Amino acid sequence: MKMHGIHIPHRKNTAAAVPLRMPAPKTVTIMTSMHIGKPASVIVKPGDKVYVGQPIAEANGFVSANIHASISGTVKKIDEVLSSAGSFVPAVVIESDGEMTPYENISAPVVNTYDEFISALASSGIVGLGGAGFPTHVKLDVKDTSRIQQVIINSAECEPYITSDTRTMLDRAEDIEHAIKLFIKFLGVKEFVIGIEKNKPEAISEMNKLAKSIPSVKVKVLPSSYPQGGEKVLIFNTTGKVVPAGKLPIDVGCVVCNCTTMAEIGRFFKTGMPLTEKCVTVDGDAVREPKNVIVPIGTALSDVFEFCGGFKEEPKKMLYGGPMMGLAVPSADAMILKNTNAVLAFGAKSAKEPKATQCIHCGRCVNHCPLGLAPINIAKAFETKDCEALQKLEVNLCMECGCCSYVCPARRPLVQTNKLSKAMLRDYLAKQPKETEEKKK
Amino acid sequence: MSKLTVSVSPHIYSKTSTQTIMLDVIIALLPATVAGVVIFGIRSLAVIAVAVATAVLSEFLFNLICKREQTISDLSAIVTGLLLALNLPAEIPLWQTAVGAVFGIIFVKCIFGGIGQNFANPAITARVFMIISFSGTLIKVSSPVIVDTVSGATPLTVIEGISKGIVPSIKDLFFGVYGGTIGETCSIALLLGFVYLMIRKVISWHTPVTYIATVFILALVISGSFNTALVHVLSGGLLIGAIFMATDYSTSPTSYLGKAVFGVGCGLITVLIRFWGNFPEGVSFAILIMNIITPYIDKLTAKKHFGGVKK
Repeated sequence: MKMHGIHIPHRKNTAAAVPLRMPAPKTVTIMTSMHIGKPASVIVKPGDKVYVGQPIAEANGFVSANIHASISGTVKKIDEVLSSAGSFVPAVVIESDGEMTPYENISAPVVNTYDEFISALASSGIVGLGGAGFPTHVKLDVKDTSRIQQVIINSAECEPYITSDTRTMLDRAEDIEHAIKLFIKFLGVKEFVIGIEKNKPEAISEMNKLAKSIPSVKVKVLPSSYPQGGEKVLIFNTTGKVVPAGKLPIDVGCVVCNCTTMAEIGRFFKTGMPLTEKCVTVDGDAVREPKNVIVPIGTALSDVFEFCGGFKEEPKKMLYGGPMMGLAVPSADAMILKNTNAVLAFGAKSAKEPKATQCIHCGRCVNHCPLGLAPINIAKAFETKDCEALQKLEVNLCMECGCCSYVCPARRPLVQTNKLSKAMLRDYLAKQPKETEEKKK
Repeated sequence: MSKLTVSVSPHIYSKTSTQTIMLDVIIALLPATVAGVVIFGIRSLAVIAVAVATAVLSEFLFNLICKREQTISDLSAIVTGLLLALNLPAEIPLWQTAVGAVFGIIFVKCIFGGIGQNFANPAITARVFMIISFSGTLIKVSSPVIVDTVSGATPLTVIEGISKGIVPSIKDLFFGVYGGTIGETCSIALLLGFVYLMIRKVISWHTPVTYIATVFILALVISGSFNTALVHVLSGGLLIGAIFMATDYSTSPTSYLGKAVFGVGCGLITVLIRFWGNFPEGVSFAILIMNIITPYIDKLTAKKHFGGVKK
């Protein structure tokens, strides 16, 4: 069996751009929801003096994550800002003192057991940095570590433009190596697979060097096809395992961690400095000087773009992440989050929305869906509100990679319809009596 | 700063659009079109012009009268008109050509909802309609104007014993110098179009290859002669049908397995009609019949969902 995908332009213009650390912005706005799960609870108040790495919000509940100050200065206010999920969440606004003084209580954590490792990790505020933002300590808290057969280090970086993971592999291999050693020691992991798309030969050779020094690590070179970095796709292409519907990777013995997440784990256990800054690829046809920038979390996109020479044409669309799955932001006031790996700005021509025409039944969406779904039939079922058909078509498997919409010659909003269909099906199932629920199980 | 566009991902799209696909089909048909005009004379150009113009005009007027969005810019009407013309003899009265084109566009395509919604291929259905309505003129095949030694009989009618004549050499079959419709005879031009469509990823190999292979193998088994089997592949409407009509998106299965099933089915019906049916040629009927059962093939060849629940 072969998983289908699509060939998209790579546009890795910034692959050779060594990340530059941008100076502290005047203010940062640090959101309490930069992860999947409950927003963290703010523990500072306006007027408080804070330092880089100081906790400003605490994890609230099991699936949540700590938040730390990314610059030193004074807490100006606790604001309410629009999160990427579409709800308003508290955010801590810090005015910089221009010093970037580190928090005094920062020291490398001393851990001896699995539990200590997990709780230290929880204090670091590290979340899945590939994009999803799932708290890493929750992902690794599998209770019985023997369930982990393989750790897959996601270095596919299949989205166009983004090169921040490439830079992590090139510049921070020793941090990744340190994290791998910690995983071997505390999680007893016996096998690591680093999955990299073959369009990054330098990163591959860097990772091969790492694999040579640790016998349990192997590098798997993957074809450059999108969505190679999708979790289920990556697991299949590196191990041949299929994650069944509604199950997690751990159910087939796999844990998938992004390479930058690994590097952050390594760095945190070396220095004790929590996650306060992020390497972000700044690109897009409206940006004057595309580059990789190390940005304090909470910095406004406008400040980041300004650091990259501003715009060469008026931006009409700005994205968090790549153009295939990235999220369009409503204004340049949006801020860098923990899981932001790229910010892109596009001019009028690229931002223009295509006009949908009639489906010509070409089958491209069906033949390119990595999961073998039939977006065109899902769209038909959605239009007729046929939830039973949606269930049979298994729309809830859709990972929203966008291949269907990308290849559609009639520019039908297919993945968009899939998203709406998933919501419709969810509502329908919630209203169903118990027996349907049981059947589903 | 002006307002930013907020839209759901993806934010980039492939360069392939309905229009570029149709343009590619037209480009792929050009070698056969040119060959047809060279082989059957300037009269065929008139047939092509009338068919294309009528097809485009009918779609334009239909959309206008029905207050639908204008769709002629997607170029699909041109493809239908051109395909129909290439499947007609050069001597056909122009008014019959026009009637055929109107039938194909209005009654097969537009009233079912336009592009993508038709259940049968408009050009094929129009041709079948014309075979029934104007059988006299449609069955009378044109002879090449560039040579005068070849009779008006098609190689198929000759090998099937319907009419007398000599079967052209394989070389003539390749270059199309024998009796037939405007666009079906020049095998090399059609194969050129096939290669182009494959390179441009407009069609996959599945339907044409399985269709042609089925006809070849069955003809070989039934006739026991390699030469006869080759004549069956290279003459008549098989190549143009297998490459350009059986691969029509709206009316053929979506999955690769489905496309292969479709091709084998077309091949089977074509051979049945050619060997035992009343008509010397069976490609149009074969594709039309398979068009109708396409939804069932689609249903039976649906792909398994990755990680899906077993049913």
